[in-house]
Amino acid sequence: MKKQSSQLYKLMLVLLSAFVLVLASCGKANKGTTSGALSGNAASKVYVAPGQYDEFYAFMSGGFSGQIAAYGLPSGRLLKVIPVFSVDPEKGYGFNEETKPLLNTSHGFIPWDDAHHPALSQTDGVTDGRWIFINGNNTPRVARIDLTTFETAEILEIPNSGGNHSSPYLTQGTEYLVAGTRFSVPIPQKDVEISSYAKNFNGALSFIKVDPKTGHMNVEFQVLMPALNFDLATCGKGPSHGWSFFTSYNSEMKNTLLEVNASQNDKDFVAAINWKKAEEYLKAGKAKDFPANYMHNVYSDETHSATSTAMKSVKVLIPSECPGLVYLLPTPKSPHGVDVDPTGEYIVCSGKLSADITAHSFPKMLKAIEDKAFDGEVGGVPVLKFEAVLGGTVKEPGLGPLHTEFDGKGNAYTSFFISSEIVKWKVGTWEVIDRQPTYYSIGHLMVPGGNSMKPDGKYVVALNKITKDRYLPTGPEVCQSAQLYAIDGDKMELLLDFPTIGEPHYAQGISADKIKPKSKQFFRLSENKHPYVTPTEKDAKVVREGNIVHVYMTTIRSHFNPDNIEGVKVGDKVYFHVTNLEQDFDVPHGFAVMGATNGELLIMPGQTETLLWEPKSVGVIPMYCTDFCSALHQEMQGYVRVSPAGSATALRWWMGEEKPVQ
Amino acid sequence: MKTLPKILFFIAAALLLTLFIFPMWQITLIAPQYPQGVTMYIWINKITGSEEGTLQNINILNHYVGMKFIEPESFAELKYFPIVVTAMSLLGMALAFTGRWKWWMGWLILGIIGCALGLYDFYQWEYEYGHNLSPTAPIKVPGMAYQPPLIGNKTLLNFLAKSWPYIGGWFIGVTFILSGIAIWLQKRNTRTA
Repeated sequence: MKKQSSQLYKLMLVLLSAFVLVLASCGKANKGTTSGALSGNAASKVYVAPGQYDEFYAFMSGGFSGQIAAYGLPSGRLLKVIPVFSVDPEKGYGFNEETKPLLNTSHGFIPWDDAHHPALSQTDGVTDGRWIFINGNNTPRVARIDLTTFETAEILEIPNSGGNHSSPYLTQGTEYLVAGTRFSVPIPQKDVEISSYAKNFNGALSFIKVDPKTGHMNVEFQVLMPALNFDLATCGKGPSHGWSFFTSYNSEMKNTLLEVNASQNDKDFVAAINWKKAEEYLKAGKAKDFPANYMHNVYSDETHSATSTAMKSVKVLIPSECPGLVYLLPTPKSPHGVDVDPTGEYIVCSGKLSADITAHSFPKMLKAIEDKAFDGEVGGVPVLKFEAVLGGTVKEPGLGPLHTEFDGKGNAYTSFFISSEIVKWKVGTWEVIDRQPTYYSIGHLMVPGGNSMKPDGKYVVALNKITKDRYLPTGPEVCQSAQLYAIDGDKMELLLDFPTIGEPHYAQGISADKIKPKSKQFFRLSENKHPYVTPTEKDAKVVREGNIVHVYMTTIRSHFNPDNIEGVKVGDKVYFHVTNLEQDFDVPHGFAVMGATNGELLIMPGQTETLLWEPKSVGVIPMYCTDFCSALHQEMQGYVRVSPAGSATALRWWMGEEKPVQ
Repeated sequence: MKTLPKILFFIAAALLLTLFIFPMWQITLIAPQYPQGVTMYIWINKITGSEEGTLQNINILNHYVGMKFIEPESFAELKYFPIVVTAMSLLGMALAFTGRWKWWMGWLILGIIGCALGLYDFYQWEYEYGHNLSPTAPIKVPGMAYQPPLIGNKTLLNFLAKSWPYIGGWFIGVTFILSGIAIWLQKRNTRTA
């Protein structure tokens, strides 16, 4: 009865407020304004007029889509989907011969992965707009995307890892990105009983060095940890630069029914790794060479092609042999997110089954190490006393804390999955200042630069797992979404909802000024070093080598050269090497041929891309341009004559005037 | 004071050499898809664009209406203009030392005639490109020609074509004005002497 009356009261309130709103909007309408009372203020804050640019780029992972998408903020407009770990027939990614090596692994070609955490490169703790990195979760990999081209430039497989989740968090100068394994596994892999987990399994924490000039990545070393499950990671900044922190769960070291078995201990661990110390041990020759098998794939903007190189060993540091390398910080209840505040002093940990947020103090941690305030050890790694490292606790801010970002004004924003909200609190005083609901079940959240030393504390973006009733329904599968909140005032203000590709797992934001001026418009034809480039129309030709046919083809508005080809036979492997001769911004050409079992080509000006086509039957087969390039795009087409295997049809080709048989 | 006209005339003649440093003319095409416009620069010895691919881009646009490709190698003018300009400049500089205003006058008139011939030649080329269209052009608009203006702005289908002198061209103007002043001063000096 009481419940009913309270519902009635709520209903009346809703009706009353709706009435007030209608009145308000009527009043406004009478004054001749067009903006509704509901949307007026928020709408104007996210409105980016046609032809105007957004203030920020937001790079959101596509989660299980395996890609990254670039959006503009505050408008939420989708700018580009960048294919990373998943093939993308639209762009020919993973279908053309040039990008196939990027998706090569020790298991062979893999057309998909689960991409979670984008990380912008940083210089001196500030985002610099050069590259963005992202992890592949399922088949452990990290990728580097070049932000002059917005294309995947490199993918490195990670050995001895199972589930590359706590990755690729960067050091403040992009010296390293880290990659912790979610699953502990036998290292090196071997055939053992699963129940020998505690005895035979280890968790590898990888440190991947980034070449400051080229961005090229290399597994510099791994730390062989006890059989924990590593969840997320972060790197120190300022005073804590030189250290990396990994959360872990399953300190119980169980291998089945983890939802129960790994939730028993009151505290799990944050692993703190002194990577500068690790460098010393490397120099001193303390690392062991472990046999391994992983691929390193690099794409070149000169050859417009990727290469894949097999790597055969990895350097491993064993904590019990390297004192001072690793410490374990007891942290309440399966900590998930770990984030260092912009001053580098506090390591904020969210025990996802805890009611509190725990912040460890970096100076206290150093003191505890100095004082040897240990509380036993796990697998040769000393455990520090909880009280000795605790910096502060945010008491009962909500349910299910996950991740924290900062605004650079001393405030922290923590996402709460279970209570579906963002809670704003003050670093140091640990008091809750504000809370706003999210719709629904927020995972990560993102403030542009919010994990760096200089956040742009203007917006926070909630990255939600569930939308339920927020949008028009689209059958059983509905979109996931992002929500934009203004945080430049005292209270957070919800401004905008927008759907995203895949799952917007984590994101990074950066001022557009850091990327826009460096964005490439086209590739110089004179610098094209593709082995099958056709630099001018005069060089167009068709070459047969046994049953392999190489077509050196050009595109320019609005024709292919050649556009008539004869002498191809059933059973041939035909490689169309198509060079786009255009040297202007925004004039890509596409290429598609009937019956191709892979995809299309989408060739940027100055680029060469290759499509393999294996004709299965006799006939005259159409091909055409798929990218609306010009007024005569529809006329940009041609034919390939396919003759029976072994027939005497001469190989010839032309464009415009038919060439006689030679 | 007496040497001033000589110096002025010398500078005027020397300024012609700026034609090797700056383009003398620019033609800009503006269309919705080209908000910044594509600009072609005409030099004394070459044709360039605002960007590396500009000439190719203009040729691609022009080919729809059947205009011939603009190929800098096909202009004989680009080969002999530099010789003419260098010769004129050297001659002018040499004449500056003589101090004979009548010779200077002759040089200026020669220059103006040369310039007028150059403009006429330019007009001829514009006419040629604008009217001599391929009969197999994809886009044919009856009665339409695509000759850009000699000087000024003109709308050609979806393009606004702007044709104006550029830095090198302005310097030719400066050359004429300076040499005119030098002649006038020298003539006055000669009379008073």
